[in-house]
Amino acid sequence: MVNINLQGKTYLPTAPYLVGREKVREFAHAVKSTNPTSFDVFAAQTAGYTDLVAPPTFAVVIQERSLATVLADPEAEIDFSRVVHGDQRFIHARPIVAGDELTSELTVASVKTLGAHSMVTFETKIFDVAGALVCTAISTLVVRGDE
Amino acid sequence: MGHSVPKIIELEIGQVIGTTEFLLTRDSLVRYAGASGDFNPIHYRDDVAAAVGLPGVLAHGMLTMGAAVQVAVDWVGDAGRILDYQVRFTKPVVVDPVLGATLVVTGTIGAIDAEARTARIDFEAIFDETKVLGKAQAVVRL
Repeated sequence: MVNINLQGKTYLPTAPYLVGREKVREFAHAVKSTNPTSFDVFAAQTAGYTDLVAPPTFAVVIQERSLATVLADPEAEIDFSRVVHGDQRFIHARPIVAGDELTSELTVASVKTLGAHSMVTFETKIFDVAGALVCTAISTLVVRGDE
Repeated sequence: MGHSVPKIIELEIGQVIGTTEFLLTRDSLVRYAGASGDFNPIHYRDDVAAAVGLPGVLAHGMLTMGAAVQVAVDWVGDAGRILDYQVRFTKPVVVDPVLGATLVVTGTIGAIDAEARTARIDFEAIFDETKVLGKAQAVVRL
C-alpha cells in the first residue's frame, strides 16, 4: 500500500544529466531502433538537428532518476519488486539530442487505491540547461498488494 | 539522405504504415535494463518474478513501448518527429529464457490534422495472440 499523503508531493530537481552520443546509440540499440538520426551524426545534422536524436522514449532515463528518488523515500513506502508499469506518456516540446543537459522535477499527481493495489501517477517535467521545458513524462505505476 | 517524409495529403485514415516483428530475448531485457537504468529484478530473475506472483520474467513495458514506436520512426524517417506518445500496458509480455517473446507491431493512421501538419498513429502490439498495449498512440509531425 502506497502512502496516500504522497499525493501532491514534489521532489527536488535531479542533478543535471548530460545526454551522451554513445548513450543515445546504446538506448536506440536497446529499443531496436535502426533509424540513422539516432546513430549517425551526419544523418541527424542533415535532418536539421545539432547532434544525434534520442529515441522518442529516451526521456524515461531521466524520469527513472526522479523515480529513484521517490522509491528511496521512506515516506513513499513503495516495494520496488511489486511495481508494475500501468501507463506512460511523453509529451515533447522538442526532441532530446546528444549534448543536452537535462534536469527533472517530479510531482506525485495522484495516488489511488484499488482493492489491495495502489496506482500512483507521476508527472516529471524535464528541462534543459536554459530552463526551457523539453518533455513532460507522465507515468502510472501499479503497486501490487497482498492478494 | 534517401528518406523523405510522407506527404500529408497522400495519407488516409486507416492506412497501415508498417508492421514489424521484434524478437525480445532475455538478452534484450538485460540490454534494455542497462540502457534505461531500470534494474527491477522482475525483468531478469525468475525467482523474484515467481516470488511476487508473476507468470515469469516480464519484458519491461518501456521496452515494448520503445520498440513499438519504431514502426512510426521508420515510416517518418526521423526520431525527432514523434511529438507525443502514450501507451497503456494491458498484458504482460512473458519472456521465455530459451525462445524469447515475439512481438508484432502494426501502425495505422488514426487521425490527420492537415493544419497542424500532424498525423496520429495507432499501434497494435501482439504477443502470443493477445494485444499487450492499449491506447497506444503517437502524434507525428509531417
